[in-house]
Amino acid sequence: MSKISTYGKKYEPKSGVSRWFDERLPLPRLMHNSVNAFPTPRNLNYWYTFGGVLTFCLITQIITGVVLSMHYTANSELAFGSVEHIMRNVNYGWLIRYIHAVGASMFFLAVYVHIFRGLYYGSYKAPRELLWILGVVIYLLMTATAFMGYVLPWGQMSFWGATVITNLFSAIPVVGGTITEWLWGGFAVDNSTLNRFFSLHYLLPFMIFGVVILHIWSLHVTGNNNPTGISVKDEQDTIPFSPYYTVKDAFALVCFLILFAWFIFYNPNILGHSDNYIEANPLSTPAHIVPEWYLLPFYAILRAIPSKIGGVIFMFSAIAILFLLPWLDTSKIRSATFRPLYRQFYWIFLANCLVLGYLGSQNPEGGYLIASRICTAYYFIHFLVVFPLLGIIETPKPLPESITKSVLEKIKSKANEENKQEV
Amino acid sequence: MCKSINLSKIRQLILSLLGIFFLITSSSTFSIAAGEGVSKVKEQDWTFSGVFGYYDRGALQRGFQVYKEVCSSCHSMKYVYYRNLSEPGGPGFSVDEAKAIAAEFTVVDGPDASGDMFERNAVPSDKFVSPYDNDAMARMSNGGALPPDLSLIAKARSTERGFPLWIIDLFTGYQEQGVDYVYALLNGYKDMPSDFPLQDGMNYNKYYPGNQIAMYNPLSSDLVEYADGTEATVENMSKDVATFLMWTAEPKLEARKKMGFKVIIFLSLLAGLLYFSKKKIWARLDH
Repeated sequence: MSKISTYGKKYEPKSGVSRWFDERLPLPRLMHNSVNAFPTPRNLNYWYTFGGVLTFCLITQIITGVVLSMHYTANSELAFGSVEHIMRNVNYGWLIRYIHAVGASMFFLAVYVHIFRGLYYGSYKAPRELLWILGVVIYLLMTATAFMGYVLPWGQMSFWGATVITNLFSAIPVVGGTITEWLWGGFAVDNSTLNRFFSLHYLLPFMIFGVVILHIWSLHVTGNNNPTGISVKDEQDTIPFSPYYTVKDAFALVCFLILFAWFIFYNPNILGHSDNYIEANPLSTPAHIVPEWYLLPFYAILRAIPSKIGGVIFMFSAIAILFLLPWLDTSKIRSATFRPLYRQFYWIFLANCLVLGYLGSQNPEGGYLIASRICTAYYFIHFLVVFPLLGIIETPKPLPESITKSVLEKIKSKANEENKQEV
Repeated sequence: MCKSINLSKIRQLILSLLGIFFLITSSSTFSIAAGEGVSKVKEQDWTFSGVFGYYDRGALQRGFQVYKEVCSSCHSMKYVYYRNLSEPGGPGFSVDEAKAIAAEFTVVDGPDASGDMFERNAVPSDKFVSPYDNDAMARMSNGGALPPDLSLIAKARSTERGFPLWIIDLFTGYQEQGVDYVYALLNGYKDMPSDFPLQDGMNYNKYYPGNQIAMYNPLSSDLVEYADGTEATVENMSKDVATFLMWTAEPKLEARKKMGFKVIIFLSLLAGLLYFSKKKIWARLDH
């Protein structure tokens, strides 16, 4: 037991060397206090393990990406062949590329779980508004990075996806054309576009890394939210991050890795589009141009609006509105557990996002178009009407007195049930 | 109490609405696909599908023969080298056999010391020799149509799976959409409706989008003579060549699936250990 008791204590330099170091650069102190001893609510469930999963995803993408770029050639004549060179001739190149390609999808899967967890437990409310906003910034950077990464293999979907998305900027009045040509570095998506996308695709992950540090810093100032949504009241409500949450996060991460490995080794191409194994051809447009699955809801919103500029505005607003969420939600209660009405609307909103994703993969005509207009309208109604209104009309359930009480009550009711079964 | 019943009713209503929505959308995709007259591609049995998938060496060697004697007169294969034929996970030719196969082809090399280009026999480190010098020549010889490079064709084609199959595919590991399509296409030159408006120089195919394909029916019975006595029916030849094309598209498939099995076993054991570690550590908390 003596070993255990050292966990959770603040940093104390033990040797002369560490004291010398601590007085000049207290990096070990920072690491110890923020990883080992960080007081964490004792009731975090498995939905809270995705922060760790996401950190792992980012580091994996950076490491595999650095190795891939050693073999990749950012040139419109050579890019497609260099990817095939990686797949065929580079030692374990197929493995590294599939980790990177599947990794992008896994990264987004994890970030969506993370975002929707935040929405459910009200993690965006005071005092965590900045923590949430930094998260939305990370998500925005992720979408930009993923989009540019998808262009690099220079397949048909790379080329035409880049053409569609960069063309959106031409909808901006007056300066649109100039901006689009500036983005392209020419008069169409071409070699110069590929080169700058490669450069930015290498740069942005490090910017994400920087914002992630701010995100975690902010988390360590406000402390974690938790499934009850009530604030930590005393020391009893918390446990040290290590070993309790390091082991819980590690278990969750390995479970996530099993799914990750399944896709890498047994279905590496199903999350992509077969057209991207055809080299880019500016003279032949694919029958359907679709983005990667994780951007489909926004693609559905883009195409639901009958005007080009309108579509662009609505698509970007769909993300931008997340920045305002801490102030759109008028309820003082954080967790949906104690908000009977919000909980219903939460599931409707989630279903609405999934349906939007499905609609994004279909041709925008007939019933699909009508459905995507309804779902787009609902997406914004959820933020602009439902969130402000619910806080006023909803009667929340009674909150538990403290985190510890709620944990103990759960254990008691569990024990009671077990007793009943035994009887 | 009354309130919570109402809420669960609302949830039921939403779920059933969603269900109806998916039913409508999935059935309408079906009717569109059928309305265009393109037949649905059937799933075939492949040795390389599933968790323990591997390539049948015989099928790969026969498929290579079909490619070499039939397809390669029009289709290039620019990402495959002769050395690949003797590499692990491939058709299993010996190094000498791969050398002999390469030597049947001539490549242009150079410039030599006097600045001239010269012709020489291909060696294993050469790429498969293309039938045409450039795309323009390929078009000229094929009535304006460009025969696609076949290196990646088994991954560059797909089939419309529709709801709910595309969700099921995620977890069954079904990855053979492209190769199923290739097999179907090679067997799809039949049953043209009498009123079909076929254009000049085009051929009817049941599985090609729009049903009009520039490629004439490339296979007919006994077109090649298999050394191992396998009957050279259209079905056998198309199955063999489709297997070969899957290998050229995914030459590291065997290594990938073997490694994947070990990785997932390892991760599962690690997850088990971590689960019990977590239980033990959390038992220290007094509650």
